[in-house]
Amino acid sequence: MTAVRRIRVLMFAVGIWAGAISGTAAAATPAAGLEEGRVLFENACANCHGAGGTGTNLGPSLANAGAAGADFMLSTGRMPLDDPHRQPVRKPAAFDGEEISQIASYVASLGDGPPIPEVDVEEGDLVLGQQLYAENCGACHSSAGAGGAVGAGLEAPALRHATPVEVVEAMRIGPGAMPVFQEQTLSKQDADSIASYLVYLREVPDPGGLGLGRIGPIAEGAVVWLLGIGMVVLICRFVGEKE
Amino acid sequence: MIVQKTVRFLDERLRITGFSKKTLRRVFPDHWSFLLGEIALYLFLILIGTGIFLTFFFSPSAREVIYSGSYTPLRGVHMSQAYESLLDISFEVRSGLVMRQIHHWAALLFLAVLVVHMLRVFFTGAFRKPRELNWIVGLTLLTLGLLAGFSGYSLPDDLLSGTGLRIGYSVALSIPVVGTWLAFLVFGGEFPFGNIISRLYVIHILLIPGAIGLLLGLHLAMVWRQKHTQFPGPMRTEQKIVGTRMWPTYAVKAGALFFLTASTVTLLAGLFQINPVWIYGPFDPARVSAGAQPDWYLGWLEGALRLMPAWEVRAFGFTIPNPFFPGLLIPGLTFNILYAWPWIEAKFTKDTAPHNLLNRPRDVPVRTALGVAGLSFYTVLFVAGGNDVIAGLFNLPLERVTQGLQVMAFALPLVAGIATHRICKELKGRPPKTGDEPGHVIVRTADGSYETAEPEKV
Ligand code: HEC
Ligand code: HEC
Repeated sequence: MTAVRRIRVLMFAVGIWAGAISGTAAAATPAAGLEEGRVLFENACANCHGAGGTGTNLGPSLANAGAAGADFMLSTGRMPLDDPHRQPVRKPAAFDGEEISQIASYVASLGDGPPIPEVDVEEGDLVLGQQLYAENCGACHSSAGAGGAVGAGLEAPALRHATPVEVVEAMRIGPGAMPVFQEQTLSKQDADSIASYLVYLREVPDPGGLGLGRIGPIAEGAVVWLLGIGMVVLICRFVGEKE
Repeated sequence: MIVQKTVRFLDERLRITGFSKKTLRRVFPDHWSFLLGEIALYLFLILIGTGIFLTFFFSPSAREVIYSGSYTPLRGVHMSQAYESLLDISFEVRSGLVMRQIHHWAALLFLAVLVVHMLRVFFTGAFRKPRELNWIVGLTLLTLGLLAGFSGYSLPDDLLSGTGLRIGYSVALSIPVVGTWLAFLVFGGEFPFGNIISRLYVIHILLIPGAIGLLLGLHLAMVWRQKHTQFPGPMRTEQKIVGTRMWPTYAVKAGALFFLTASTVTLLAGLFQINPVWIYGPFDPARVSAGAQPDWYLGWLEGALRLMPAWEVRAFGFTIPNPFFPGLLIPGLTFNILYAWPWIEAKFTKDTAPHNLLNRPRDVPVRTALGVAGLSFYTVLFVAGGNDVIAGLFNLPLERVTQGLQVMAFALPLVAGIATHRICKELKGRPPKTGDEPGHVIVRTADGSYETAEPEKV
């Protein structure tokens, strides 16, 4: 990062931080539907997270999960979890948007976790996003966002499905083995930028043809051995004698 | 008219007719597996052609520049001039990206074809006397091919290529006694290296292709001199050689082979993106990326590094750094055994006679079994190079996958070798299909209907 950029980032950070305080306060106010959220929670979540979200040996306490935590876990379909002994993975959401926001506001009322972040992808700076992504996320999610193993049987998933809001929520709550990135580390502008870079990676088509999942040399090697050598052998048999 | 005049002109000065007559009448092998080497030759030519194109636009310089090209996410970013020129080739230069992709796919395919060609030579015993020297030249070509690939992979100065260099450096460092000194000599300093790109560039575009060109000439000259081998068959004996005349049949076939090869790599390059360095970003020693892998032909070395337990070995008062064993000992042993193989085999079989006829793999069960065992060992190493990807794909703990592969690296060669040996023994007795075995004959009877008859009756 150049000095100029650093100053720019700093300026943004300060500005956004000032703005973020008011934004945070607005989002944290308990929304309507608290009671519906409580009922849904007692039915679908309490067997693991305990009545009132205090936690059991099957699931952690949700006192500090916040609306961001609940919204992330529900919109990515991670919760309700099927098997508490496996890493939660992305699957179709079990609730519709309204129910999710009801459960989220109930979970938010349990303690003071992070609110659902506001994300403005258009405000993001693509170049800054690329830099921050490479510095903070690529080591686990791979520089192309294709995902990777992080040890102990856990996996950092590919980032092609997460919506911008889910991306920033993941940063703020640090699901599972992922570290938490708070506003002090990555400001709203930084978060918007990372989200906009991930949108760019997903939407801009690969200029060189099929991307092969962007997992790099492994997929390329498979293509060479299966398709390349396959065609070479066909060509040889076409031109040469078979016996 | 013109042709005749030209030929006369040349013949009066260079006396070419005698030689060309002999050349045009030479016979070439026509079994399909003999064409693999030829395809490797054509891939080399394609690599040279596209490589020359790339040299027009690539600048091998570590000088820091600020990117201002058309790939938006990197605009304004500081990077080396080498990486910038690569972005320009990919986004600015007309047909630059497709040339880059043809070059890279051709390199991957070149090495794959070389390996298959080598396996053909190995399993059919074509390396036996009198062709041991050419086996050595061939292996050296393979080694040079690997070096060409590694040096080329490292040129773009992107995040992944830097990771590869770092591994190469740590392996060089791990050589006992002279490691530090040697690493310094080769890489010109400590990591991150100052002028490694310009060094690699000279190696990649001049030294290695030059050496490959020379050895290829030698390789072909020896084939020419010793004539080709052939599978045993009617008229094919140790003394008598059967094949297609150079002119016109073989020349036309060779042309077809060249164009089919070229269209194969062009097809791959047109359909599949390879090494999108713009996504990986410029090299930065402080960054890493998950899932960083070398190209496939170095996958077995990467796998060996990943499978090696973290033992510390002390010998003669020195601690031998761990990467020495997987990074140098395994490839060193591999190539030494391969180089010595013709003599090792001759020693055990006590067969020192010259051979122009090939073996069918099943007829030499021990060699075939050893070959398959070796091949399965390297396949396990190769798979281990992507242990994290496998762990992700099958949702298994990485450590478990690594342990499993460590066991497989020893168990699979044993099982595969023994199984191959038994299968060969089983098949050995059976004669080759010749097409004139006794079978049923269909006979038309007087009233116009058909019936099958036993061969004796006809
Ligand atoms: C089968 C048991 C189970 C059920 C049912 C379940 N959860 Fe969870 N939940 C877990 C476990 C285990 C974790 C910890 C996962 C991890 O960290 O990898 C978790 C984590 C969470 C977290 C993140 C907590 C944190 O501090 O990071 C939230 C939020 C959450 N669950 C919400 C819910 C909601 C809302 C529901 C109901 C729709 C639900 N869960 C249903 C087991 C369960
Ligand atoms: C230490 C490794 C690590 C780092 C660094 C990391 N992550 Fe993660 N990330 C993970 C893991 C592990 C998960 C899966 C969490 C779970 O078990 O549910 C994850 C999940 C996610 C998800 C959810 C994906 C989905 O589709 O469900 C997003 C989005 C995400 N991370 C974004 C980021 C961003 C953005 C950064 C950088 C600011 C980042 N991560 C840095 C390890 C990491």
